[in-house]
Amino acid sequence: MFSKKTTEQIKFETRPSNLGAKSFYNNPKYRAWIYQSFLFIFLIGFFYSIISNTLDNMSAQGIKSGFSFLNTSAGFDVLMSLLPFQTTDSYLKVFTIGILNTILVSIIGIIFSTLLGFIFGIAYFSRNYLIKKIAIIYVEIFRNIPVILQVIFWYTVFNALPIARESLNLGDTIFLNVTGLYLPMLVGESGSGFVYTAIAVAIVSIFLVRRWATKRQEKTGEQFPILWISLGLLFGLPLLVLLVSGVPFHFDYPALKGFNFRGGITVIPELISLAIALSIYTGAFIAEAVRAGIQSVPSGQTEAARSLGLKESKIMSLIVVPQSMRVITPMLNSEYQSLVKNTTIATAIGYPELFTVFAGSVLNQVGQAVEIMFMTLVIYFCINMTISFVMNRFNKRSELTTR
Amino acid sequence: MKIKNLTMTLAAVGLVVAAQSSFAGSTLDAVKKKGSVSCGVSTGLAGFSQKDEKGNWSGLDVDVCRSVAAAVLGDATKVQFKPLTAKERFLALQSGEIDILSRNTTWTHTRDTSLGLNFAGVIYYDGAGFMVSKKLGVKSATELDGANACIQAGTSTELAIADYFRENKMSYKAITFDTSDQTRAGFESGRCDFLVSDQSQLYALRIGLKDPSAAVVLPEVISKEPLGPVVRQNDDEWFNVVKWVVNASIEGEFQGVTSVNAKDLKANGKPGQKRLLGTEGDLGEKLGLPADWAYQAIKQVGNYSESFERNVGQGSPLKIARGLNAQWNKGGILYSPAMR
Repeated sequence: MFSKKTTEQIKFETRPSNLGAKSFYNNPKYRAWIYQSFLFIFLIGFFYSIISNTLDNMSAQGIKSGFSFLNTSAGFDVLMSLLPFQTTDSYLKVFTIGILNTILVSIIGIIFSTLLGFIFGIAYFSRNYLIKKIAIIYVEIFRNIPVILQVIFWYTVFNALPIARESLNLGDTIFLNVTGLYLPMLVGESGSGFVYTAIAVAIVSIFLVRRWATKRQEKTGEQFPILWISLGLLFGLPLLVLLVSGVPFHFDYPALKGFNFRGGITVIPELISLAIALSIYTGAFIAEAVRAGIQSVPSGQTEAARSLGLKESKIMSLIVVPQSMRVITPMLNSEYQSLVKNTTIATAIGYPELFTVFAGSVLNQVGQAVEIMFMTLVIYFCINMTISFVMNRFNKRSELTTR
Repeated sequence: MKIKNLTMTLAAVGLVVAAQSSFAGSTLDAVKKKGSVSCGVSTGLAGFSQKDEKGNWSGLDVDVCRSVAAAVLGDATKVQFKPLTAKERFLALQSGEIDILSRNTTWTHTRDTSLGLNFAGVIYYDGAGFMVSKKLGVKSATELDGANACIQAGTSTELAIADYFRENKMSYKAITFDTSDQTRAGFESGRCDFLVSDQSQLYALRIGLKDPSAAVVLPEVISKEPLGPVVRQNDDEWFNVVKWVVNASIEGEFQGVTSVNAKDLKANGKPGQKRLLGTEGDLGEKLGLPADWAYQAIKQVGNYSESFERNVGQGSPLKIARGLNAQWNKGGILYSPAMR
């Protein structure tokens, strides 16, 4: 009887039978646990030896270690800071400012690269020859030039602008020169709180109206002019409150005092150059992701939508783009992460983000490379994990529901 | 740039992995064995360390390394130069990538005590100062309230300027750059209103401008910036070698020994000169070097005065006066400890 065993027989024979130590070892579940714990102990030992070796070597060389430097005062100035900063503030503050500046340029980059990416990605499918060609040329040019060159290019363009005293001037309110872009700043007076509340109320009610309109359409098939109502709420309500409360706002205009413009909002050229370069560069990759996503939607979907009599613009926004999102989202995730990592190129032009200011200036003044590099890596890791988390949640929502 | 940052990171990793034994007191042996001195210099700063079109390095900082190579190996050309940015320099020395850091580096308390490094002397007494465009019509640094400053990242100047503006209750914005070339370009484009750096560098940077006469160096000197060569801590043998080679060049000038008359004085000089040049006494042996260590250094590279005049003084485009950097008996503060 040497016939082949059936799958059932094999399964039965390998199944754990509770018969003493031997079978305990043979139990795949426990065995997996044993292997895992060996690996775990090995890894702990490995990292422990690396860390203790490092500390020993450093103290043998007379290099200071530890994180106490974070509380000492920095003693140098940081070009741009979202928090009030003085040269007497601590290195920890410099660290925070660096993180905020990294996040700022990342968010700006993500917003604009997504816009550019979707515009050019969809433009690729335009029936207009010129628009289609422009989309192709955009992608091919900016995808193929190293991002550091693009950053330096835009910075050089900025450096060619006139000096502060000869600024380009738009109606004495907006100024552009080699030291940056100066915009008027809206300053709220007492009573401005009502206007902010009105804006919040408008946004919340837009959400409620949308939800109600979708439900009604699902039930009755009747459509609701949601776009116009939303716009009306968003602008109308705050405007009404603004007029009723007697316009509790004034503008703070930038003005040339001494060497530079003071007042208003200053956008430094380093930030602008970096944001432009990263947006355009990443936008080209996103455009390709969008193109791939749209192409992944079977043409039958478009044809079916046409035969239902939907308008071309509606076919794109209601049928094709939502279905393509499940292809686009994972690619967007990695493009956003690359963008965050690429912000470190700021060191070439001196935009004070985390890498330039902390792993650069602070590292130089303090000299504790191991601690500072470690802190810097952890932050980039955390930022990118957060992006990944958000994008994965978003992806879950756009995933195909299979039965 | 990316590659440089990579080098930095690798150097940091090297620091982690490198075994301690490779550092302890063996730099002199290692240098003798490999037959050359690895010398960390700037990425290009006129008068201090600069590469010409043929690839030859020259400058006051470069001469320190050449003198050490002449003293240890008998040949001033046996130096390997590694250009470093201000940000990379200490890591390169700590990780053992270079033997001497001779890169217009200011001797400060923090650097000396917390980086695991030793300063082997002062070869140039400097101080931070300002350069402004003539067009601004600024006569003094006290008129610079609210202006933008171009600074090289990771320098002690970055701290000096913050102190100065705080002291005088003025505000400024610091625009930092990685290399001195970028700093100069920022100043030229008008991104900043003035440039802060060590006075010696200001003259060097001014020469590099498209129109040097359009910029002026302000009279204020706002900090102490004693520049000198740096070596790793815990290697006293090598520390002594670099320290006494620097002293020999200063003592050489004091005793009137030059590259021209060294050969003659070695045989027929005064007792002090003979001791310095190795015909009397055993100064070289005590350092673990050949007897003619200082002779080779002065013969091949010159004494301090020759080096100064050739690189930054009257024989150079910089034309910096000796000032503080003259011998102690000639109005300066250069003073070599006793050569005996």
